[in-house]
Amino acid sequence: MRPLPIPVLLAAAAAATLVVACGKAPPVALHPADAPPERLSDWGVVLADGQAFEFNAGVVPYDLNTPLFSDYALKLRSVWLPEGTAAAYREGRELEFPVGTILSKTFHYERAGEPGGNPGNEPLEVVRADRESLLDDGGRLDLDRYVLIETRLLVRYEDGWRALPYVWNDGQDEAYLELAGDVRSIRFGGEDEGFVYVVPDVNQCGGCHKPDHTAAELRPLGPRAWQLNREYRYAAGRRNQLEHWTASGILEGVPASVPEGANWATPADATLAERARAYLDANCAHCHNAKGPADTSGLDLTVDAPVDRRYGICKPPVAVGRGSGDRPYDIYPGRPDDSILLYRMEHTDPAIAMPELGRSTVHREGVELIRAWITALPGDC
Amino acid sequence: MRIHLPAAIYAIVALTIASCSGDEPPVARQPESSFQKQLQMQLINAKPGDVITIPEGVHAINRGLSLNVSGVTLRGLGMDKSILSFKGQVQGAEGLLVNASDFTIEDLAIEDAAGDALKINEGRNIVIRRVRTEWTNGPHEKNGAYGIYPVQAENVLLEDSVAIGASDAGLYVGQSRNVVVRNNRVEFNVAGIEIENTMHADVYGNVARNNTGGILVFNMPDLPNPGHSTRVFDNEVVGNNTTNFGAEGTPVASVPAGSGIVINSNDRVEIFDNVIADNDTANIIISSYYATGYQGTRDVIDDYDPYPETIYVYGNTMSGGGSSPDGLDLKALKVAKFGLTGSFPDVLWDGYVNADKVDENGRLLPEYAICIDNDAAQVLNVDLGNGSENIVVGDEQHRCTHDKLPAVQLAAPPS
Repeated sequence: MRPLPIPVLLAAAAAATLVVACGKAPPVALHPADAPPERLSDWGVVLADGQAFEFNAGVVPYDLNTPLFSDYALKLRSVWLPEGTAAAYREGRELEFPVGTILSKTFHYERAGEPGGNPGNEPLEVVRADRESLLDDGGRLDLDRYVLIETRLLVRYEDGWRALPYVWNDGQDEAYLELAGDVRSIRFGGEDEGFVYVVPDVNQCGGCHKPDHTAAELRPLGPRAWQLNREYRYAAGRRNQLEHWTASGILEGVPASVPEGANWATPADATLAERARAYLDANCAHCHNAKGPADTSGLDLTVDAPVDRRYGICKPPVAVGRGSGDRPYDIYPGRPDDSILLYRMEHTDPAIAMPELGRSTVHREGVELIRAWITALPGDC
Repeated sequence: MRIHLPAAIYAIVALTIASCSGDEPPVARQPESSFQKQLQMQLINAKPGDVITIPEGVHAINRGLSLNVSGVTLRGLGMDKSILSFKGQVQGAEGLLVNASDFTIEDLAIEDAAGDALKINEGRNIVIRRVRTEWTNGPHEKNGAYGIYPVQAENVLLEDSVAIGASDAGLYVGQSRNVVVRNNRVEFNVAGIEIENTMHADVYGNVARNNTGGILVFNMPDLPNPGHSTRVFDNEVVGNNTTNFGAEGTPVASVPAGSGIVINSNDRVEIFDNVIADNDTANIIISSYYATGYQGTRDVIDDYDPYPETIYVYGNTMSGGGSSPDGLDLKALKVAKFGLTGSFPDVLWDGYVNADKVDENGRLLPEYAICIDNDAAQVLNVDLGNGSENIVVGDEQHRCTHDKLPAVQLAAPPS
């Protein structure tokens, strides 16, 4: 159990609300697969009381080198393993987690304008921020500043993973299971047009989390070695996540040499090609891999696939429909505006947009990265 | 995208939330129809053997639906009675996406989906019966791509259905095996019916009218399996002259308006006993991948066969057609060769052949030949590979026959 720093205790005592700090939070609790609780709080993974959000004791937050873009939502991720169990290191796929593992991902935004809200018929107004989410020094998220939208759980049972989407209430002190998903009307501060933020339904969770479409097993996507191989700012200080997990006893078998993961957003640490490939893997390869639901397209964007025709280079489309945008090839070296891949990133119409799920807005910074990469690609078709 | 909702709804939502959460200002929510949520829950909670009934009425749906459980039947009360309308769909590349086997869908309609109306990805034993997919504003480039789209499926029966207005193909069977497409009606799509990279398909008893191209049998590169062995028979393929409204870059965008039955890059295809009439470019087109506009400096991948081979056309009733071909090159060719009032012959062939499969005269070896044994029907070889320098009509090489393909046997078709 990670010791709580003093500021948390002080703040909590002042507000007299944060149950974890008062030592009253019950521990994380597993529930049977056929009886998921209606309330997120029954899991005890995350705690929120309308003032602040934090992870329960024993829950380890983590981040990824290159995350999936989700309408500029900030994301807080966590892993919790039953006492005495550990995940096994794997390469080329996600870590192998033991039965009872709970992964969480909490989607939230920084509020724009007045703290507390958006009265009347206005969409929720938030900041368009292309960055990682950061807990404060006390390991908390201030809910005057941030608004929680949804928390998705992946829970590992004997027969596989289950996906459970929970949607936060307006009071920001509870999230409720919404198997059919939900929609929220959101607008970025200062912009005229809003968008529909979509919480996926449970079937749609499988739209991304079944990267092997034939096996059709739900699997975590983010916690892979190259994605986790980075520093995280823990309460006790910065540390490599794989080291921290190993030291905490929740991960075993990490070899001396671990794949370097490219952070798509930091030009100083990786080449343009490495960043682009990391980005395309994180945003596309859950479907566009050799066994994925989009293997029907013949396009494979996994991070270690050869950059050839199957990667989209000079590849004509198959069943692209309107998504072609009158462009001839998925990736046309040197010619981003003749590349279908970029066209689909630049649009939000469901008949055109890629990825098909989880994106109602254009990721400007992602488009910029892929544009720069295609522009720099040598050769012709 | 801006969200418009009646102010009254917001007022109700605001009141409701305000009354139960004290001072906390409410967050605007977009109400979803209760039918939609109920149907989503039925699909999520479905168990093998379930029959999910779609009641009579037009049901507005604004998010993509999906089914991941095998052994489920989705049944309405008729394709003009039980209608799922996706007009204004905000999410989902399909109206209904099925990732499951032993699936039956019947007696309902899917209208105005943002992308594909019904996609079935990687299922076995699929029955689609009396389903209508339609874009209700007629042919338009902004319509969704495919009406009914089984892909990587096996044992597919698609019958008595209707597809209207798809901006790619009304009925599109891709990368599948053992398929029967029969007694359907397809109108005002770019492609009425398209069989692509599919092994063993029987396409019969269908009516294809007013599409850009009536019935297409294609093979595309870069896919796991090439298709072969398709029989197209007893269909009515008439007046498919709608201007091509498909997006450039899609395979069907290269199909000229006025195409009856088109074979592209596919092998072992039989076309017989159809009524094929009044398709203004040609009643039958046989072409290679090189005719699709993708040729150029880019080469076709190694394991892809871009040539149509072992084609057998016989017993069709053909009339009209070829009188007003689409595209300047074809128009000029027609006038030059057949005069202002003349017409192309019934069969148009681009003339590309695999140099490894020809005799000393450059003609396809008998086993790969394009055989036309159909009364007076003649082949126009437009010799595209040589810049149309040697255009030939009625070459004797096409007077031949092949062994006939066996009928497709669906393995244990579900009732």
